[in-house]
Amino acid sequence: MIQVEGLTKRYGPFVAVKEITFSVEKGTIVGFLGPNGAGKTTTMRILTCFMPPTSGRASVGGHDVIAHPMEVKKKIGYLPESPPLYPEMEVHEYLRFVAQLKQVPKNEWARRVADAAERCAITDVRQKLISKLSKGYRQRVGLAAALLHNPEVLILDEPTAGLDPKQIHETRDLIRGLAGDHTIILSTHILPEVEQTCDQVIIIKKGEIVAKDSVANLTSRLRGQEAISVEVGKAGPAEARERLERVEGVTQVTPRDSRNGAVTFEVASAPGCNVRASVARAVVESGWDLLELKSLAVSLEDVFLELTKSEDEQPQAGGVQ
Amino acid sequence: MRSLWAICVKELKSYFASPIAYLLMAMFAVIFGFFFWVAVDYIQRMSLQAMLSGRSFPMDINEIAIRPLLANVSVIGLFLIPLISMRLFAEEKRTGTIELLLTSPVRDLEIILGKWLAALILYACLLGLSLLNFIWLFAYGNPDWKPVVTGYAGLLLQAGALLAIGAFISTTTKNQIIAGGVTFGVCLLLWVFEWVGSFETDTWAKAVSYLSIVSHYEGFSKGVIDSKDIVYFLSVIFFGLFMTARSLESLRWRS
Repeated sequence: MIQVEGLTKRYGPFVAVKEITFSVEKGTIVGFLGPNGAGKTTTMRILTCFMPPTSGRASVGGHDVIAHPMEVKKKIGYLPESPPLYPEMEVHEYLRFVAQLKQVPKNEWARRVADAAERCAITDVRQKLISKLSKGYRQRVGLAAALLHNPEVLILDEPTAGLDPKQIHETRDLIRGLAGDHTIILSTHILPEVEQTCDQVIIIKKGEIVAKDSVANLTSRLRGQEAISVEVGKAGPAEARERLERVEGVTQVTPRDSRNGAVTFEVASAPGCNVRASVARAVVESGWDLLELKSLAVSLEDVFLELTKSEDEQPQAGGVQ
Repeated sequence: MRSLWAICVKELKSYFASPIAYLLMAMFAVIFGFFFWVAVDYIQRMSLQAMLSGRSFPMDINEIAIRPLLANVSVIGLFLIPLISMRLFAEEKRTGTIELLLTSPVRDLEIILGKWLAALILYACLLGLSLLNFIWLFAYGNPDWKPVVTGYAGLLLQAGALLAIGAFISTTTKNQIIAGGVTFGVCLLLWVFEWVGSFETDTWAKAVSYLSIVSHYEGFSKGVIDSKDIVYFLSVIFFGLFMTARSLESLRWRS
C-alpha cells in the first residue's frame, strides 16, 4: 500500500531523513517510533504530499507522491501533530468544511460528518466553538477530520498526545478498530501504545531506520537471554548468591537490592531454559524464605532505549545488531 | 471549483466571526461619512449662495461630489486593504491549518483564488456602505449614474490588484503584523509614485508614475473606461496571484 524507497529530505545542510526504505502492507498498523527530531514528522509530511522529498521515491496505493499528488491526497487522511483546526468555527461546521475539501459528494456530507463525530465521540460538542474545546476534544476533532472521507490510508502524528488515560484507551481502541479496512501509520513516543496497537514497528533515529520488524520479533530479538528477579529472606547475600549460581541453567546472578534482611537478585539464564522452578526449590530447600519470584520481560521500551542510544553511550554491541 | 467556493465561504465566515470585518466597516463608514458630510455641506452652501444672489447656475453633482468622493474612497482603500489581506495566509501558517489545505485534494490555485475572492467580497461590502450614502444624492438630486458604476468597477479592480499583492506578502510570513505592515508600505509607494510624474518628465518618471495605482483609477471616477487602465489592473492582479502561487509552492520546498 505504501512504498518508500531511498527517501531523503534535507533542510539546507541538515539531513532530516536519510535514505529510508520501507513498505507497509494493506490493512496493517505501523508504529513510527523515535526520539524528537528523528524525522518522523518529515517522513509523514512527504507521504501526505505536504512537502516533496529531496531524493528518493514514495508512493501510496500505487500513486507517486510527486507525479500524482491529487490521487495520493484523496487516499490519505492525515492528522498532523497539532490538529489543524479553525478556532472560530463550530465543530460540525469545521467537519463540513473538511468534507468539502476532501471532495466528499454533497449528499453524503451530513452522514459522513455524523459518522465521524460518532466514531470519535464528539457528537456532544458538535455545536461548540473549537476555541472553547479542551486539548483532548481538539485532538479528537482532528482525528474525526482525518477519518471523514473514509481514506484508505491514515497517517496520524502522535494521535494520543494530550489525551487523558481514558481517552487514550478509547483512541487506541478506535485505531485498532480501523485496522483491516485502513492502512495506518502512527507516530508516537508512548511505547506501550505501539505494543498495544501496532503490528509493525519502525524505529528511526537521526533520520535513519534502525529497526523495522513486528513488535513480537523486536522484543524477542533483544531478549537474548531470559531473566528473573528473586527476593530471598533470611539468607546471607554471599551464600545465597553462590547457591543460586549452582542451579542448572543459570548463567549469571547479580545482586540488585538488599533491605530488611532480604536480598534481591537478578538471575539470568540461557534462552529457552526455564529456571524458575529450580530456583524456587533451591531457595526453599536451603531453608530461606522465598519472598518474590518474577520473570523480567524485556519490553519494547528497552529495545527502544537500546536502539536509540547515541554511539558514545552505547556500552557494548550486545543484543541487537 | 467547488473547493474554491468552500474556501471562499470559509474565509468570509472567519472575517465575520472575528471583529475585523465589523471594525473595518465601522472605520470605513465613519471616514466616508465624514467626507460625504463635507461634500454635502459644500453643495448646500453653493445652492444657498445661488439662492441669495438670485441667479441660478448649473451644479454638476457628479463633478463636485461623486467624483472627489470616489477618489477619496480609492485612497481610503490603500489604508484598509492591508488589514483585509494580512491574515489570508499568515494566519493559516501560524496556526498550522495550512497543513490541512495543502494535504487536501485541492489545487493551490483554488486555495489562492478562494481566499482572494473572499477578501474582495469583504471589500465590496465596505463599498456597499458608501453606496448607501450616494442613494441620498440620487434621491434629492439628479446625478448621472454611469460614472458611479464605472467608479465602483474601478474601485473593485484597484482592490483586486492590491489584495493580490497583499495575498502574496501574506504567504511570506507567519506574522500578520509584518504582512499588514509591508502591504501597507507597498500600497503607499504605489500611491506616491504618481507624484513623480508631476515634477519630472523623463521616461523613467513616466514609467514610475505609470506604476501608480491611483493615476489608473482617475479615469474610472470620471466615467472613462480606458483599456490601458484595465490592462494595468488585470496585469497587477495576475502578477500578484502568480507570485502568491509561486510562494505557496516554495513553502512546500522550504518548510
